[in-house]
Amino acid sequence: MKKTLMTGNEAIARGAYEAGVHFAAAYPGTPSTEILENIALYDEIDAQWSSNEKVALEVGIGASLAGSRVLVAMKHVGVNVAADPLMTFSYTGVNGGLVLVAADDPGMHSSQNEQDSRHYARLAKAPMLEPSDSSEAKEMVGIALAISEEFDTPVMLKSSTRISHAQSLVALGERREVPVKPYTKDAKKYVMIPAYGRLRHVVVEERMSKLCAYAEQSPLNRIEWRDRKVGVIAAGICYQYVREALPQASVLKFGICYPLPEKLIAEFAAGVDELYVVEELDPFMEEQICAMGIKVKGKELFPLVGEVSSSMVAEKILGRPLFTPLPVPARDEQPIPLRPPVLCPGCAHRGVFYTLKKLKLVVSGDIGCYTLGSLAPLEGMDTCICMGASISAGLGLEKGNRDLLGKVVSVIGDSTFFHSGLTGLADVVYNRGSILTLVLDNRITAMTGHQHHPGTGSTLKGDPTAALDIATICRALGVKRVKEVDPYDLAALEAAIREETAAGEPSVLVVKRMCALMDKGPKDIYTIDKDRCIECGLCMKLGCPAISKVDGQTNVDASLCVGCAVCLQVCKKEAIVKVGDGNV
Amino acid sequence: MSEHKVTSVLMVGVGGQGIILASKILAQVVLKQGLELKISEIHGMAQRGGSVVTHLRFGAEVHTPLIDTGQADYMIASEKLEAWRWLPMLRRGGTVVVSTQEIKPVPVIIGAQKYPDGIMGNMEAMVGEEIGYLYALNALEVARACGQPRAANVVLSGVLSRCLGFSPQHCDEALQEVVPSRFLEENRKAFAAGFDYFVKN
Repeated sequence: MKKTLMTGNEAIARGAYEAGVHFAAAYPGTPSTEILENIALYDEIDAQWSSNEKVALEVGIGASLAGSRVLVAMKHVGVNVAADPLMTFSYTGVNGGLVLVAADDPGMHSSQNEQDSRHYARLAKAPMLEPSDSSEAKEMVGIALAISEEFDTPVMLKSSTRISHAQSLVALGERREVPVKPYTKDAKKYVMIPAYGRLRHVVVEERMSKLCAYAEQSPLNRIEWRDRKVGVIAAGICYQYVREALPQASVLKFGICYPLPEKLIAEFAAGVDELYVVEELDPFMEEQICAMGIKVKGKELFPLVGEVSSSMVAEKILGRPLFTPLPVPARDEQPIPLRPPVLCPGCAHRGVFYTLKKLKLVVSGDIGCYTLGSLAPLEGMDTCICMGASISAGLGLEKGNRDLLGKVVSVIGDSTFFHSGLTGLADVVYNRGSILTLVLDNRITAMTGHQHHPGTGSTLKGDPTAALDIATICRALGVKRVKEVDPYDLAALEAAIREETAAGEPSVLVVKRMCALMDKGPKDIYTIDKDRCIECGLCMKLGCPAISKVDGQTNVDASLCVGCAVCLQVCKKEAIVKVGDGNV
Repeated sequence: MSEHKVTSVLMVGVGGQGIILASKILAQVVLKQGLELKISEIHGMAQRGGSVVTHLRFGAEVHTPLIDTGQADYMIASEKLEAWRWLPMLRRGGTVVVSTQEIKPVPVIIGAQKYPDGIMGNMEAMVGEEIGYLYALNALEVARACGQPRAANVVLSGVLSRCLGFSPQHCDEALQEVVPSRFLEENRKAFAAGFDYFVKN
């Protein structure tokens, strides 16, 4: 059979297609974003970006109860947002099957924490599957939906950066059409008032023991007997690391990482001399295995933080790494400069953080490209916690220390505002706060690669739709001082920020300018007039990748400049000029 | 190249330089040989001008998609500081294909850190002992001469494809499959320039 190279995310999308999924929803978040982008390519599946993960899961729950097969996807921290419906959906169970994909990010390649999603499966008392490559990822979507319908439960599918963004070969199958199940009103199952919830909790506990029995006999959990001196228990990408590092070792591979099969583990433990468990982040499996009274080595050898590697597995279990770094003696002579991610040339956020730093304001930040405004040289951010926290934590900063009155600015992106900014802003108005909120409206969800949101006027499928207006929403939430400002006009931006922070009441500036990566219009290019430039370095404080020193002289790289003209507004010598103007 | 051994190719550069297209071309060539292939890449925040790394591993049977430090048989670097940064990933005697281009990172631009001197000289001094083969060229200039400055990584893929003994026919088929048709001719030229560079050197 012909095999196709697919990322884990493409494979999950394909799995949804083949398993007859009717409806899918998500909020974008690395490393999960491309799941819905790929599902959207299938005409057979109704797919949507929701305004946040809680909404995505709730819409998915409705679609499931209505009878459809459903996939909902999110990054690990998205599950926090969706945790409320998840915990009670476990009680109601499904009608059409529902799989919730949670994509973890050990090593924090693009996340604010590295929490371990597996705990959610235990908390929700729902089974969790964990693929170790793209082929398994595709197959497990169908299996998860079958389990969901057979056991009347939501099923979680755990991915991670190394599964979602790794490509491996997948054999494609055909779509199996699954009829939408009839909808039947069943209040005792779907209305979770205490009287009915108590009944359902009993059902959930009975379901758990049935799922334990299922895990004992499921082919997703398997023992691979090889040499019996060393036996390793692993799931997901760690299984691949173990196979690479210890090709001779016996392995108990879990495709179902919750609940764990006690008898299978006991059989494996009895068959090997030394038993290890290799898992990233928390000792999730290890603690359960220990609770079974089985002796196993895990976190005494492996770290609680970051990623595992095959070389690390060899080093910890065999006592020697597979490989050693190539010695590069001359490297120690000069430090290697970091290359952190940066705001793009022409990014609309640059002037905002330049101004906030200049005015020495206390900036309550949020999640998005603009979080990069926290790095040198802009350094224009004081806090960043989670999606939506900018506005509510900004209110708290002001409430928690009256010295900060008139100094607190909350900074939130347009997509993040729709995700979870509205409730915080209502809180500011209701509780008589006075912070300034900047909504950095670049007309897209930029950091995850340009996904639409309720403000863009387009759906995931590309259909035109209503574009919600942020300024109108803020006024409706009771903010009286709402203005729009162009971040490319530094003087106007600074004047507006000064005025609004002094206002003594809630205010919003919608800082509106399209993401520079999307702006394909004609552009002026700027350059340095070397006769006027005194090499003061003021323009360098913008941290624009297009401006650097070449042979000791400040230079604008014409291949990177997109003509935002912010740099010439900070130059005091009028030394930055349009290419083609004057004699430069 | 033994059918039984897994070959590990590390591709490094700066976010936005087009590593993903280059890795797609190499992937298609590998697949034409009927080998198993795994690729790992990073999306999201790192792509915004940060240091980016793509791992390619192929052979009869591949387990992990990730290359460990000291394991890479080949490294292609589209910027010399990135080659220098990731050099410990190479195995002793491995091959480096590097573009001599210099892209200053922001800490250097703002004067907080210094771009190291003598990177190319230092790498040349390692040839024979630590580095098996070193191919250094300004891939951006070569690509520009081919009419597509964005194809610098395609030039480097051409050099690597010749190192790996890939068939020119497979390479051309892969280019046709991966590159949008309106950019195909320039990318073909860029790839060929890399392929021929290897022969000349």
